Amino acid sequence: MTWLYSRHIMQISWLIAASSLVFAFTSPATATEPREFILSNGMKVLLVEVPKAPVATVQVWYKVGSRNEVMGRAGLSHMLEHMMFKGTAKYPKGTFSRLIRKNGGMDNAFTSQDFTAYFENLAADRVELALELEADRMQGLVLELSELTTEREVVKEERRLRTEDDPQGALVEALFAQAYLSHPYHWPVIGWFGDLDAMTLDDLQRHYDTYYSPNNATLVVVGDIKADSLLPMIKQLFEPIPRGPEPKPIATMESEQKGERRFLLKRDAQVPFVIMGYRVPNFTSEDSYALDILDSILSHGKSSRLYQNLVYEQKSSLAVGAEYSLLQTDPGLFYFYALVSPGQKPEVVEDALHREIKRLQADPPTEQELQRAKNQVEATHVFEQDSNFRHAMLLGQAESVGAGWRKIDQFVERIRAVTTKDIQRVARQYLTEDNRTVGTLIPVPPKQPEAPSTAAQQGRP
Amino acid sequence: MGFCAFLLASSPSVAAEIAPTKFVTPNGITVLVLEQHFLPIVEIHALIKTGSAQDPPDKAGLANLVASLLDEGTTTRTSKQLAEQIDFVGGALEAKASEDFTTASARVLKKDIDLGFTLLADVLQRPAFHKQEFERIRTQLLGEMASDNDDPGHIAMKAFNQLVFHGHPYRWPVNGTEETLNKITLADVQAFYAREYSPSQAILTIVGDVTLEQATALVQTHFGTWKKGTATARNTKKPSPVERRTVQLIEKDLTQSTIVLGHGGLPRAHPDFYSVTVMNYILGAGGFSSRLMDSIRDKQGLAYGIMSHFDARLMPGSFWVNLQTKTETTNQAITGVLAEIRSIRDAPVSDQELSEAKSFLIGSFPLRLDSTAKLAQVLAQVEFYGLGFEYFSEYPKWIDRVTKEDVQRVAKQYLDPKRYALVVVGNIAKAKVKN
Repeated sequence: MTWLYSRHIMQISWLIAASSLVFAFTSPATATEPREFILSNGMKVLLVEVPKAPVATVQVWYKVGSRNEVMGRAGLSHMLEHMMFKGTAKYPKGTFSRLIRKNGGMDNAFTSQDFTAYFENLAADRVELALELEADRMQGLVLELSELTTEREVVKEERRLRTEDDPQGALVEALFAQAYLSHPYHWPVIGWFGDLDAMTLDDLQRHYDTYYSPNNATLVVVGDIKADSLLPMIKQLFEPIPRGPEPKPIATMESEQKGERRFLLKRDAQVPFVIMGYRVPNFTSEDSYALDILDSILSHGKSSRLYQNLVYEQKSSLAVGAEYSLLQTDPGLFYFYALVSPGQKPEVVEDALHREIKRLQADPPTEQELQRAKNQVEATHVFEQDSNFRHAMLLGQAESVGAGWRKIDQFVERIRAVTTKDIQRVARQYLTEDNRTVGTLIPVPPKQPEAPSTAAQQGRP
Repeated sequence: MGFCAFLLASSPSVAAEIAPTKFVTPNGITVLVLEQHFLPIVEIHALIKTGSAQDPPDKAGLANLVASLLDEGTTTRTSKQLAEQIDFVGGALEAKASEDFTTASARVLKKDIDLGFTLLADVLQRPAFHKQEFERIRTQLLGEMASDNDDPGHIAMKAFNQLVFHGHPYRWPVNGTEETLNKITLADVQAFYAREYSPSQAILTIVGDVTLEQATALVQTHFGTWKKGTATARNTKKPSPVERRTVQLIEKDLTQSTIVLGHGGLPRAHPDFYSVTVMNYILGAGGFSSRLMDSIRDKQGLAYGIMSHFDARLMPGSFWVNLQTKTETTNQAITGVLAEIRSIRDAPVSDQELSEAKSFLIGSFPLRLDSTAKLAQVLAQVEFYGLGFEYFSEYPKWIDRVTKEDVQRVAKQYLDPKRYALVVVGNIAKAKVKN
């Protein structure tokens, strides 16, 4: 699952963020292959020429996310992402976004469990400016206490918005904390309040020095560019940056789950919400392709099994879905969620989800369902290339989680080879009771305010 | 190497080279076709000139209910058959109402273009409105309405619109309210559809890997027999202004206050639209370079997100600033917002602010048109609002001629730090909003 926390609100809904990324694969028949270059300092560069509109996206991806943090400093990667806009000696605070903006571009950044990425979407003839600014802040970031003090408050507001005051956000956070006991996927990308308060400039500097180096980064440019003329510029800007230390691999792994885990979250909410996560393999396993098709059969489109049964027939859920992303650095969660219809019981909805899983374990899906899922995957590959940003995001993500962009090209072939028996097998192997964590949001009446004041009040004219 | 030159460059003067073909079919459909052959995809986008603004006052949510039922069964296909057919080719079929218009669109691979036209034509011309689907979708919408009340931003905007659009069709949420939705009958749905959906009310935009000849033939085949209707009278009404500071406080057990502050705005076709766009960019729509972001977030650390909006619609829309801040800093944030509104009225913006706003708005124009879906939507709306296709070539000029005096004039005319609606959702007892 792709967990994105950005510097500013982006138009990505958290429940659907993952699915739209996973399937955006390059189809050699329809688009230009990426040109790959490795600079002398180890930085990987991927350039894709898309001449359909005079625009481009520039993205710098660092292989660092909340999985690279330690206990007590949850949220450090995301906090550093915010601080990356606080300026360098050459481009002081405020200069970065102002220069991009006045050149007609938009910039932002996002952090997940596995990566941190920075991007500029702009006219193709302004790509050099974005490259210049990104090269500049790859080293020599100025970290100041006064800036950290203010930005810490901004990030705490972000946490309040996304988790404290969002019942579903709070439930997802608890799901990961329960499903992962030792692996860093345990803590949220945004961090805990206590850890945010404890963070120091030294922590940020160490994180920056460790992970922000060319050999830990991938530069992706997709748009109306010419790779041959852009490459010398990229070399000139990025090659002077010295190679950094090789970051140590993350040693902490999660041991096998032996028994179902369940939890409740009781808070002021309108309707219950059920979430169910199963620990599954990532792209390193052949099973990931069958899991991907399984996800599609269960949840893609209104003809999918979960929608047809829980929403259309039984009417027990307002919305239902499944999410799986094979592009994760470490094995992640295949999770199901359902927004329970008013007046319906979450237990009934949970049972209905279990029933759908058991059906697939008992009988393989039909050939028609399999073909539909494959068609969906292939069509989505093409649709996703309609957006340079999405296209670049997929390449960056594939590189950053260790799969490599070439793995993406193999994806379609592997998907075509999946059989109905494979789907039944992975459903039996991974979607088991002992391997799952189930969370339920139970609405409780709101706390009584000290002074009731819901009525409209007219102020002084 | 030329990158240093870029840092000094003046406004990029890019205009988009967008030249769609427009024609009207014998039965009255306005058709726009734009060929885009880079990827084998086609977007077929129908805009129907009706929306929640045409809802009867006691039946708010009717336009949305009709739109939601379009793909829930036709006289030739059940809800499930429609879903199965579009899903099988990995396409998308969607319908959605907004205040001024409703859109229905099909997105397919080039090889499935005939299916895309078939399904879109079917849902637009032959919706069945089965009793059972009507009840199911209404129940579903009521459920979603309940669930929306977990979103403080949604609660705040709902309350804000009722204050700003008092007695006006924009007053209610597009999906209506529990009370009004429950009053709608199946007969209302059928009558609304019969009255509002007809060829002369439709703008059909086709963008993608298709030739003009092909598109023309497909339109003829699939939409040629759609029976002409009679144009109905539109609701056109100016909302009455907010006459004094009006505050609504909504108690909810939260750690943040969600704040919406604003008042009426202007219609999309108003000549001041471009000056207002520049002014609003400087005030609070310009991302990290806006005054509100700089003051409320970067200097004071009071919010993660803050933005100002002018929602220019067919009839005059609204202006608002929204943000979330921890309960304790509610008053500080409101004071900060009002200070910025006063400041952009009281003194001219700087030359630098003006030139940077203009160069962003002009330079980023192509980014608004960089995908097939975006192109189809923008083309349809340019036609709907009657902006003319010169919009695509002239936009830079319209922005570029805005002066500092224009910015201050429209700030004075369209912003009011005294007569506004303020909605706060959160822990009201603790926030102690000054009244």
